Amino acid sequence: MDPLDIARWQFGITTVYHFLMVPLTIGLGLVVATLQTMWHRTGREHYLRMTKFWGKLFLINFIMGVATGLVQEFQFGMAWSEYSRFVGDVFGAPLALEALMAFFLESVFLGLWIFGWQRLPKRVHLASIWCAVIGTVFSAYFILAANAWMQHPVGVEMVDGRPVMNDIWAVLTNNTLLVHFPHTLAGALSVAGGFLLGIAWFHLWKRRRDGIDTVAADGTVVVGTTGSKGRDETDYRVWYSSLRWGAWIALVAFLGTAFSGHAQAQLMIQQQPLKMAAAEAACHDGTAFSVLSVADLRSDGATDCDDVVGVFEIPGLLSFLAHNNFTTDVAGVNTLIPQYQEDYGTHLPNDPMYGERAGQEIDYLPVMEVTYWGFRIMITFGGLAALAAAIALWLTRKGTVPASKPLMRLAVFGILAPFGANAAGWIFTEMGRQPFVVAPNPDPTGIDQVWMYTAAAVSPGVSAGELLFSLILLTTIYAVLLVVEVVLLTRYVKGGVPAGMPELTQDEHEDDAGGAGKGGSVDSDVLAFAY
Amino acid sequence: MESIEFLPTFWFVLVAVLWVGYLFLDGFDLGVGMLMRGWARNESQRRVILNTIGPVWDGNEVWLVTAAGATFAAFPLWYAALFAGLYLPLTITLLALILRAVSIEYRGKALTARTRDRWDWCMAGGSAVAAFSIGLMLAVTTTGLPLNANGDRVGGPFAWLSWEGVLGGLAVVGFSLAMGWAYLGLKTDGAPREAAHRHLTRWLPVYLLPLGAWGVVVVSRQDGLIPWMLLALALAAALGALMAAQLRREGWTFIALGASLLAGAAGIFLAVFPVVLPSTIDPAFDLTAMNASSSEYTLNFMAWVAVIMVPIILAYSAFVYWVFRQRLHETHIPESHVVTPV
Repeated sequence: MDPLDIARWQFGITTVYHFLMVPLTIGLGLVVATLQTMWHRTGREHYLRMTKFWGKLFLINFIMGVATGLVQEFQFGMAWSEYSRFVGDVFGAPLALEALMAFFLESVFLGLWIFGWQRLPKRVHLASIWCAVIGTVFSAYFILAANAWMQHPVGVEMVDGRPVMNDIWAVLTNNTLLVHFPHTLAGALSVAGGFLLGIAWFHLWKRRRDGIDTVAADGTVVVGTTGSKGRDETDYRVWYSSLRWGAWIALVAFLGTAFSGHAQAQLMIQQQPLKMAAAEAACHDGTAFSVLSVADLRSDGATDCDDVVGVFEIPGLLSFLAHNNFTTDVAGVNTLIPQYQEDYGTHLPNDPMYGERAGQEIDYLPVMEVTYWGFRIMITFGGLAALAAAIALWLTRKGTVPASKPLMRLAVFGILAPFGANAAGWIFTEMGRQPFVVAPNPDPTGIDQVWMYTAAAVSPGVSAGELLFSLILLTTIYAVLLVVEVVLLTRYVKGGVPAGMPELTQDEHEDDAGGAGKGGSVDSDVLAFAY
Repeated sequence: MESIEFLPTFWFVLVAVLWVGYLFLDGFDLGVGMLMRGWARNESQRRVILNTIGPVWDGNEVWLVTAAGATFAAFPLWYAALFAGLYLPLTITLLALILRAVSIEYRGKALTARTRDRWDWCMAGGSAVAAFSIGLMLAVTTTGLPLNANGDRVGGPFAWLSWEGVLGGLAVVGFSLAMGWAYLGLKTDGAPREAAHRHLTRWLPVYLLPLGAWGVVVVSRQDGLIPWMLLALALAAALGALMAAQLRREGWTFIALGASLLAGAAGIFLAVFPVVLPSTIDPAFDLTAMNASSSEYTLNFMAWVAVIMVPIILAYSAFVYWVFRQRLHETHIPESHVVTPV
């Protein structure tokens, strides 16, 4: 087998997997910190319960992000040593910055937060979750700076055939990064919004099913209680607030992804026009956005853009995405490929760094099935999640969810849609950059003549067998751990508020404010939390 | 001999500091992790020792990520050659660290004793394997890989396998165990504290022997006198740790072990400087702090970031240790919490 293909599959699998955990960490972290702030300000019990319940789910997910993140830091050197040598001068800096300015902050302060309940003054404890969450957001910024540089190299000059950094400020304010970052942050919030909405829906539905909450003749909720601390009236407030918060977050986050995505498309058309054309599977220059295109597979299984037939297109929309008007043509594949061939050659150089591929013809067209559908899955899932959030807001306006079980199921499975949108977006943007690992930029704001073919990036000394071994090992363990995480999340979700607050059921005399009224008693013998 | 330049030298020292920081801080985490099965005999002992590292282990592990990231930023050629050259052992390291991290968070959420046992084996096995393979990686960094002119490993997937590597692996396992015990002596009351006293007074020389042997192997391959003096200092500190352990001065034991690591690592790193990764094929292919480093601009910028950030990180980490300074006893551990559907 070809080491390059194995290495690419491995990077794709480990990164997409890691990015299942990351957006939930960032989005839910912001939610938990905000909830704790609300509790701190208002002292209202349901905010404390929300903080603890969502905080518990946050931690179950966080650890998986930490564990799989290690792979990311190591595999550039392990599987992509030529890449690391080529770009290390500029690409290593944001990774080191991420460690020094983000990872320490999130890890150290999260430990303080987890074990700090009842031990720290309330204000310091609140500050610790904010420090940790700011760490996760910083981390996103720095790693996106590294990724944005691969999409749009800036801040370097070529010295002895290697890009050498001469302007860190340019790297950290790369215009690609400035649109990447809000898009990713909004994507993370949409994940958190859907997560809150689906889980809170489940619990409100369960309260109705169990006959705790009922609905009056005019449809407004009549909140009941079972007397047990986990399922009282405050419990209702926990789920109803969570649901409304989740739906609003999902809606606003969707608008955020839409606006930032629009800005991204406008940069993409200048910086990586072929990615935009491949996203549309557009052979010829045009203005229409394709809603559905189909292609006949040729006998050899390959498809190129001339086989693609647009089934349904919206005239002018693509031009609007790219240029803010409805008439300017967006270049198609047939126009762009000769340009790329003229600028970057038709064949890979006869250099040993390309291994078996030296001298081969370069296929500048990304895998169009992937870019076309990746782009559309992202938009569809994102849009569906937002639409569902809007409908949920309307359906729950009278205080609870409908008693329908299929609707509850839909809300729970809807949690997956924003995850799908995030994954599809990344697969699109990374696959759309191929055959380059560092994309050349025809646009004048990029540094010209800085690019690298993915074929040249893989570690020359590492054998296919080694790569295959790690691919199988990591994929297997990741699959097992995904099952474990989902099982645990499900169990804690079903456990409801007491799952995040054992003190609710263990000690009936405990102060509702989680002992914080005692002002953080360091001398209490038993820890408030222990593994 | 190439000229010694300031910035690469500074970064060489900084990367060494990051590695020493990692071995010192995560050393006791890994040691405690191994003792989860290696010593603890029941659930309450396991929970006590696990919770001594509970609030801090993740921050400690970031030293490893930072060491890797800083090596990438400051010495991309070193990072590329070392990480690709050690592909298989690093794959195993990653697997071990993943299972270990996840088990810390998930063991207490297990419903049955059987599942919890499995997580504990992930913790203990993961800690041992991670310590061994990180030690192997550091030893290889000082004794070399068969690298060609491009810095690529030749000779197949197991070309890194050498007795020096195994010695380095044992060195970090032994040192982590010593640190784990010293940390438990400092942070617990009751059974683990007694066990720490017993083990350290009896076995400390054995725990530190491979580390000392690795130091002698590396230092004896050069002719400077200062590395030998540093090794002697490390030996003195180790003896001090042993004495402190016998006198039941737990704080001093811990500090003396740290000092021993610092002096030993300083001796080893100084002995190899400026070579960061020797080639066992041809000394002309050696990677040095100078020929493997990033540009002056990158090194200079990152140096400023490190000079500002490292003290801040140390300060807030120290604050967390101060907050959780209380010794843990079995009676401090809350009942485990079984989650049932509402």
